[in-house]
Formats: sequence, structure tokens, C-alpha cells
Amino acid sequence: MGSDSIIEVSDLTKFYRDFPAVNHINFKVKHGEIFGFLGPNGAGKTTTIKMLTGLIQPTEGTATIQGKDIRTQIVEIKKTIGVVTEDSNLYDELSVFDNLRFVGQLYSVPQSDREKRIGELLKRFNLETKGEAKFATLSKGMKRKVTIIAALIHSPRVVFLDEPTTGLDVLSARILRAMVKELKALGVTIFLTTHYIEEAEQLCDRVAILVNGTIKTVDTPGNLLVTTNSKNLEEAFIEITGLKEEIMLVEKEGKR
Amino acid sequence: MFNEEVKGSLYIALKDLKMYYFKPPNLSWGIMFPIVMALAFILRNPSGVKDLASGLIAMSLLFAATSAEAIVIVFERRTKTFERLLLAPLSLQTILFGKVIGGVIFGFLMSCIFLIGSVIFLGIPFQNTVFLLASLMLSAFVFSAFGTLVSVAVKEIFDAMTLANFFRFPMIFLCGVFIPVSALPSFLHPLAYVLPLTYAVDLIRFFITGSYDLVHPAVSVVVLIVYSTVLFYLSVFVLKRRIEQ
Repeated sequence: MGSDSIIEVSDLTKFYRDFPAVNHINFKVKHGEIFGFLGPNGAGKTTTIKMLTGLIQPTEGTATIQGKDIRTQIVEIKKTIGVVTEDSNLYDELSVFDNLRFVGQLYSVPQSDREKRIGELLKRFNLETKGEAKFATLSKGMKRKVTIIAALIHSPRVVFLDEPTTGLDVLSARILRAMVKELKALGVTIFLTTHYIEEAEQLCDRVAILVNGTIKTVDTPGNLLVTTNSKNLEEAFIEITGLKEEIMLVEKEGKR
Repeated sequence: MFNEEVKGSLYIALKDLKMYYFKPPNLSWGIMFPIVMALAFILRNPSGVKDLASGLIAMSLLFAATSAEAIVIVFERRTKTFERLLLAPLSLQTILFGKVIGGVIFGFLMSCIFLIGSVIFLGIPFQNTVFLLASLMLSAFVFSAFGTLVSVAVKEIFDAMTLANFFRFPMIFLCGVFIPVSALPSFLHPLAYVLPLTYAVDLIRFFITGSYDLVHPAVSVVVLIVYSTVLFYLSVFVLKRRIEQ
């Protein structure tokens, strides 16, 4: 391949009828980095992830992951990526073990490796005693951890995390962030969407800021502070997204 | 690659059987409902009990193969678990094939209960057991694919049941389950000829009694294969559109 990029997105576009949810976006994600995809609600973050992971087809443009095209080689791509969606999409009626076994089967992980890997991951995420518990009985934080384990069973090279800490308590969110760093240390590339700016500041090597379906900027958090003359990434984010006027207006209304 | 797709389908089918099929509501649709309906007819005409076997088996097949199938995908789409399948390295056809196979296996097993019951309690000798079992499988595929189509076409579970019953209940009376199609008023014949249960009943009847009511068994086989293919690929097409919306 010769490229240091593992994901290359070119002119990726998604229209829902006449509405451009994602509009001709371009960016690259480097091997082994944590890439943050930030934007206000409705900016097009989830739509972008859905296109990159094959859940929906782009209207225009394309992207490659490890050199494979999302339009023509999506089944091959899916073998090498893990996806943690915003919702914990495992089966409530099945036990943790059965859920993870089923996911391992879908990814054709050989039975002996599957059992070993499930055991290792449950241990790493401190869930080794929860294997027989029904998924429905777990706390929200535990469910999120099991969902992450499900995304890692087949040892993916790229992991997509869509709003992974939404709805988690402080401790669970902290544990999850530590896990993300651990995955990076293992050489896994992380594509992270979040609307928690502090989280992005703590974790990401580079961030892209998406507003109304278009990318405003792609840079390191450090460079964004310099270019926007901001004290922290939240200020920079407000500056770049043009939310400053909106916030001032809301504050003014609040004072009345 | 092909091997992985086949295995993927089977794993999905086995998961569905475990989670949805062997549950009381489905067992009642697959066993109790056909028995109750059959009893109503037997009490009216006890001497015609042997003629009912093929219709009873086909009806059990229809209700068992569609009862859960018609709601599984709509349920999983609501709980977002269907997304889990869509994220797996499997084609959409493989995923839906797995869904259909779950209904086929359950429908086949339920109809076998009636088959065995017909031998034990009614003493019905079969003409060709191997072909009879094959015709049950083929019919189960048609009905399960029909259930899948219903399940991908609607947004709510309630709508799925309504739509499925809109087709299932008239079929009981129009397709030769209790009354041979040839004995129906002639204005109902065109309706009977476009419904797949008619061909399933006729084919099963042939392998039980050695005679058929409407068309040669080879024609029934071809019609059922065409129905299987059309219903399956229509389900794939509709689901693709739904996902993109």
C-alpha cells in the first residue's frame, strides 16, 4: 500500500432525499492513531460511521479502509474492523458468553481461539464472573463493556467507537477511556465520535470537526488551540463550529 | 468465502431457533391452532378425517414457519440487534437466508409432529416418505420466505401480525386445506391458483395419497421453487431499501 493512512475518505456524500447529511467530506486516518470525529448533534458523525462500516451506501464519493473500497469490498473490510455503536446492540435474552460466542461465529473465529479470546477479554474488562449472566441483567456500563468486547473478538485493526461514553457514569467512562488508550497501545486504530470535547482532548491524536455534514478542519488538538487562540478544545470547537453567537444569544436570554 | 457464508446463515438460524422459535406462543401457533381447526372439521364430518391429513400438515407448516419469522426482523430492527448482523462480514442475502432457514427448520419439525401423528393415530400409509419430507422442506422455505418478506416490509410488530394474517387466514379456506380447491365455487379458483399454499397442499397430498387435486406434482414443485426465489429476493430488495431510508 505504501500509505501511512489506514482510512482514506474522498468526497464521501450521503443524501436523505434532498437533505445532505454528509456533504463531500475528505480526510485520512493514520495507522495506530486515535482519530476524533467531533460535531454537534445532527452534524453527520453517525451517518459517516454507517457509511464507513457498510451499514448504508454513500450517495457519492467513496472511502478505503486498509486499501479496500467500501463500495465494492465491504465484506472484506468488515472482517478487519470492529464497531461499537451508540446502542448496546447485543441480545438481551442471551448470556454474555452466548452473545460473544455468536459474534465470534459471525466473524468465523475458530472455536478454540474464540473461547480463549472471550476468556481473555472478559478478564481484561473485569467481567470474568459475568459470563453466564443474561445481557439484560447487566448495568449500562457493563453492557457497554461487553459491546466493546464483541467488537474486539476478531482482533480488528480498526475500531469505530460511536459515542462510547454517552450515558455512562463517571467511573465507567474513565475505565472506557483507559481501554481506548490500551487499544491504541496494541496498535489498533481508533475512530471515535463523541460530543464530549474534553474526552476528545484527552484521547485523540487528531480531530476532525464536522458541521452540517461538512468538515471544517482536521488537525491535532494542540494546533487547534493555537490557530483559534483558545484555552481549551471546547473553546476552539465553539469557535470553529460557529456556535459562539448561538451560545451568547442563549446566555443573553437566560439573563432576562 | 462460500463456506463462511453458509456457516454464517446456519449460526443465525440456530440463534433464532434458540431465542424465538421454541417458545410457547410459536408452539401454540404451530401445533394447537391446526389441531383446533382440524377438530372443528372432524367433529362435523368424522369419516373425512384421513382426507384432512395433507391439509393439516400444510397448515401446521404455514403457521409454524411464519409465526415467528414474520416478527423476528422487525423486532430485531427495533432493538437494534439486527444492526449487529449487518455489521458482520456477511452479505445481506446470507443474513436473510439464515433468517429464512430458522423458519424452515421450525416449520419442518412442527409438520413432522403431524406427520408422525397421522401415522400413529390415523394409520395413514405414505406413498413416498423421502419425497414427502422434501416437499415439506420446499413448502417450509416458501412460507418462511413469506414471513421474512412481511417482517422486512413493516415497521411495527403489530403490523407484521396483521399483514401475515391478512394472507394466512384466507389461505386456510381457499387453498384446499379443508375443502378441495376443485370443490370450491369456480369464481374462487383464480384466487386459489395464485396462492402458494394450494400447491403445497396438493404436493403433500400426492405424496400421502398418491393422487393430486389440481396440478401435476412437477408443476407444484416448479411453482413452489419460483415462489421461494421471488419471495426471498423481494425480501432482500425491500430490506435494502428500508436500510437506506
